[in-house]
Amino acid sequence: MSETAEQPSAAPIDASPALVIEAGRSEKNYWSDLWRYRELMGFLAWRDIKVRYKQAALGVAWALFQPLIQTALLTFVFGKLAKMPDGGLPYFLLVLSGNLAWQLFAGAFNGASGSLVGNSHLISKVYFPRMVVPLSAVAVSLVDFGVTFALAVPIIAAFGLWPGWQLILLPVFVGLTLLIAIGAGLWITALTVRFRDFRFITPFLVQIGLFVTPVGFRTDNLPNWRDLLALNPLSAAVDGMRWCLLGGRTEIYWPGMVTAVAVTLALVVSGVWYFRKTERQFADII
Amino acid sequence: MGLPAIEVSDLSKRYVIEHESRHDTLRDTLHHTARKLWRRFRWGTGFQREEFWALRDINFAVQPGEVLGIIGRNGAGKSTLLKILSRITEPTTGKITLRGRVASLLEVGTGFHPDLTGRENIYLNGAILGMRRAEIRRKFDEIVAFAEVEKFLDTPVKRYSSGMYVRLAFAVAAHLESEILIVDEVLAVGDAQFQQKCLSKIQDVASGNGRTVLLVSHNLATIRQLCGTSAYLREGRLKAILPTTEGLAAYLEDNQAGLGSFHPIHGDGVSLLDLQLRDIRHGKPTQTAIFGADYELRFTLGQGHPGLRITPWIRICDSSGVLVSSICGPEEGLDFQPAERTTTFVVSLPHIGLMPGRYNLSVQVYSLAPRPHLDAANALSIEIVPSNIGQAIRAYRAAHGLVRVCGNVHIEAASSAT
Repeated sequence: MSETAEQPSAAPIDASPALVIEAGRSEKNYWSDLWRYRELMGFLAWRDIKVRYKQAALGVAWALFQPLIQTALLTFVFGKLAKMPDGGLPYFLLVLSGNLAWQLFAGAFNGASGSLVGNSHLISKVYFPRMVVPLSAVAVSLVDFGVTFALAVPIIAAFGLWPGWQLILLPVFVGLTLLIAIGAGLWITALTVRFRDFRFITPFLVQIGLFVTPVGFRTDNLPNWRDLLALNPLSAAVDGMRWCLLGGRTEIYWPGMVTAVAVTLALVVSGVWYFRKTERQFADII
Repeated sequence: MGLPAIEVSDLSKRYVIEHESRHDTLRDTLHHTARKLWRRFRWGTGFQREEFWALRDINFAVQPGEVLGIIGRNGAGKSTLLKILSRITEPTTGKITLRGRVASLLEVGTGFHPDLTGRENIYLNGAILGMRRAEIRRKFDEIVAFAEVEKFLDTPVKRYSSGMYVRLAFAVAAHLESEILIVDEVLAVGDAQFQQKCLSKIQDVASGNGRTVLLVSHNLATIRQLCGTSAYLREGRLKAILPTTEGLAAYLEDNQAGLGSFHPIHGDGVSLLDLQLRDIRHGKPTQTAIFGADYELRFTLGQGHPGLRITPWIRICDSSGVLVSSICGPEEGLDFQPAERTTTFVVSLPHIGLMPGRYNLSVQVYSLAPRPHLDAANALSIEIVPSNIGQAIRAYRAAHGLVRVCGNVHIEAASSAT
């Protein structure tokens, strides 16, 4: 063995830092590794989008139908049947703006939740920081959001409500929504690897979420319920996006916003913690 | 001499297997599920747990530029070792030091998506294997040329022939820039010509660039061609690390161990004195048969009272006890023979058609009486290992059933072409 005389590569090998694999050793360079794999994140998102619309005759139109029909239904149920107060705004727009935020969350959360099990063939065959997978699923939902957003703005304008300067703050609330989805998604996707039960729980959670989040109604007319709703961080995200899209014609409930940010941070920190804790066993139990 | 490229010390890996009992009624199932759920959430596990050490106390080092083959039977821990070295799963104990960038190829075409085109898959697969976009772009032409798929770059890979698919997949992986390459079984695919191309690529990688290669293969010829040294794993332990010729010899010898010492099985007046499967190429007994190759089964019966008219039956069952086939004396035209003191029977098994897997052979001896004189259940256990038929690019596996019933498969020459 030692006679492999010339060793042209001896220098680079000795120069590059050694990688040590040990039981229970959490990697020091996890986050820089994650950053190094950011292109993979992009590629996985790109794959999911590309594959979704291949062989679908209507293509991207599907990204629009579903939210539009849901918006129409919610408008009918909450606006016409339940006659919730509209505060002088077209009810359809209240729901549309709320639903835009909701769809972003639901897409990101659903995508992230199923992402690890959906990519189990990768998990069991290649190494990369596992967090790439749920994050790429979240990125996919952001693209969908871009499409629905591009459609929603002209509709709102057609009703004569021009968005104002508030629109600049939209990325803040988009960010908040995504963080909630990432926090919850990391929990669920890591749990699903071990307990497939969560595959059944996720759609159920999303279904409930639609009703405990002010998607089909506005909260500024429900003072009694506001504080309870504020425990759900999505309430603030939805309210915020509605405020941005409808040019500040609705109100933001600031105490609720503070609660939401705190809850979101807790969710993200704990989600990352649980994910990292269980990540090392994914390949063994997936 | 620099530091070793790979250093493994006291490496062990434990898996915990959870057993679940079967339930037949809905009520049972519900009851069981409720209990299981409760237990799972409390202790994070199901019912019975059993520990299984896939690897135990492995120590070795590989020098830069060395090509190390890893040999051993199914379940010896080869794949687990590669998975740990590739950082897919983590060891239970022990420590590994890797000096250099690691590229691992545990499967050809990991992450290939059938709906994406060849071009798209090169980028996707490259990224999955850890390449940067710029790196893939730089090597793109080289990859395409190696895979010989220029004309089909914009065709979805689901329309590729399996040969093209494999070529493309290997090409991407082969162009990874790394100092350490870990390869598992991937050479078992592709046509003979392409396999040769892959082999020389690996050889280039090792000798030309001084990269370190770790290779697992069931194909002993590949190991012999590529690897200077071999590590022989058995039941999770490293038995030996030897120059390849010696390593292979130890492995083959070990596989035959325990043969030739058949313990006679005695019945009612008739005994089974010997039973062996022989490879007709060299006439030696074996318990491991290569799918599609020629073998013969030899067994010797002994009798207490000569003159009893007997006939043998052999039952071949799979590992779960399903009767796969029988070889019956009378049906084979072998009449009830007035046997000698010892009689040797030879059953030829040309192109053995049992699918890869483990089988148990039982021998029964009947006379004209309805009850067998001898019933030697599971007297011999044999394992059929996969092998490609002719130039086929894939080999049959255990999942394909129990027997291959067909002969040659071909396309009928079209009467009017195009």
